[in-house]
Amino acid sequence: MHTRRIIARLDIKGPNLVKGIHLEGLRVLGKPWDFARYYYENGTDELIFQDVVASLYGRNCLQEIISKTAREVFIPLTVGGGLRTIDDINKVLRSGADKVSLNTAAIKDEKFIKEASKIFGTSTIVIAIEAIKQSNGEYFAYTDNGREFTGVEVVGWAKKVEELGAGEIIITSVDQDGTGSGFDIELIKSVCDEVAIPVIAHGGASTPEHVLDAFKHGSADAVAVASIIHYGFIQDNAGINHFDFEDEGNIEFLKKAKRFKEFGIESIQSIKEYIRGRGINCRI
Amino acid sequence: MESRELDVAIIDYRMCNLFSVQSACNYNSLYSEITHDKDRILAADAAILPGVGSFSEAMEYLNSSGLIQVINEFIKSGKPFMGICLGMQLLLSEGEEFGINKGLDIIPGYVKKFPQRNKNEKIIKVPHIGWNKIEIAEGKSDNDWYIPPLNEINSGEFMYFLHSFYAIPNDKEVVVTTTNYEDVDFCSSLMYNNVFACQFHPERSGREGLKIIKNFADTIKHNKGDVN
Repeated sequence: MHTRRIIARLDIKGPNLVKGIHLEGLRVLGKPWDFARYYYENGTDELIFQDVVASLYGRNCLQEIISKTAREVFIPLTVGGGLRTIDDINKVLRSGADKVSLNTAAIKDEKFIKEASKIFGTSTIVIAIEAIKQSNGEYFAYTDNGREFTGVEVVGWAKKVEELGAGEIIITSVDQDGTGSGFDIELIKSVCDEVAIPVIAHGGASTPEHVLDAFKHGSADAVAVASIIHYGFIQDNAGINHFDFEDEGNIEFLKKAKRFKEFGIESIQSIKEYIRGRGINCRI
Repeated sequence: MESRELDVAIIDYRMCNLFSVQSACNYNSLYSEITHDKDRILAADAAILPGVGSFSEAMEYLNSSGLIQVINEFIKSGKPFMGICLGMQLLLSEGEEFGINKGLDIIPGYVKKFPQRNKNEKIIKVPHIGWNKIEIAEGKSDNDWYIPPLNEINSGEFMYFLHSFYAIPNDKEVVVTTTNYEDVDFCSSLMYNNVFACQFHPERSGREGLKIIKNFADTIKHNKGDVN
């Protein structure tokens, strides 16, 4: 049996959970572990923590968030953002992460993938690819939340990281991220068809139909969702203190209790029920 | 600081996520420590050889640190022992990650990589990552734990897998559960005297996985009662 996964993706900035559009314009949504615990209870298959400003700021918060979560949430955690060295990887694994996702460091130095997978095992190393479609229709990989052009073509890079020992790929469509307009199926399928390691599709889901599309037409092994489930959490947990004010980010959105206007209110459970009813194997 | 004897020694071979194993022990009120100290391990009431990492790197470290003898001695003592993921694979005779490597050779058999294609020529995505069902194998009913590891867990329950290799024990009688991934049936857990070993991660398999740690804990507590 090949079971498809629905993964809750939590973007972290400092002590807070945030969500942006096109990986930018971050809004503060709450405390990461409140969301993590809720999604665990709600049946998420894994959690991804992405430290979205790790390349720019310090990162002490991240390890604390991982440990706090790993103590009470007994499902796999993948952690990414700003991991540059073997020691960085070791530290987050020691804090309770099961897998790490690498982008910038991997693109800058391909040998790093090889070295990391030899030490930690292939199944621990996830490569994150942030893809932006160019005007000629080609997809290129970016770093730093879609800000830095690398000149690396996406499908070729995906094949390369597999060869170097990556165990999994998370492919983000920066164009679709946070827009709610659905996955970039063409992008996902082009990667899934060319590699024999699992691929996680990310960026753009706002309905269960979008998720189904990524599996049925994109051949994805897993889907990472954020905005589509975050609003359901906020609605279910009205009244609790969602965030730490300590610096960081735009909380106007949260104060006004606005909803994500582009997004339906879904839960991990409701998405799973929807796709299972349409022939996709998943854990319920 | 008081260094009372451990309920569980989580055997540390440097590079892997031991934190979640310890969290699962804490959740079941087991006093545990992540350690490579010989005496600490041998004095513990039970031990876990955890997962994640590469077979060759792990064997190299176990070898150079003298932990191979410690693990052998611990298992001979008859105290409950659990191997998880890579910790299961290491118990077999040999493995083929980055070349053929000798394993701990406690359970006769070998460790094999998933094939690139299944018998229908379909490409198999490797690693096998995600939740999959464990089917309880026929014929395996005896075990050395007071509470059987899969007590109160149904056949067909989902557990979390993260691996490219799987164990093939020579003696099929030791197989406790099998799992099917893309038409490949493999041994997802086994019981060999006092050793329970599983390919999936009970510490990452939600409530159902935690039941295995609880059965382990109840067995340890029962054994303790016998001694005191």
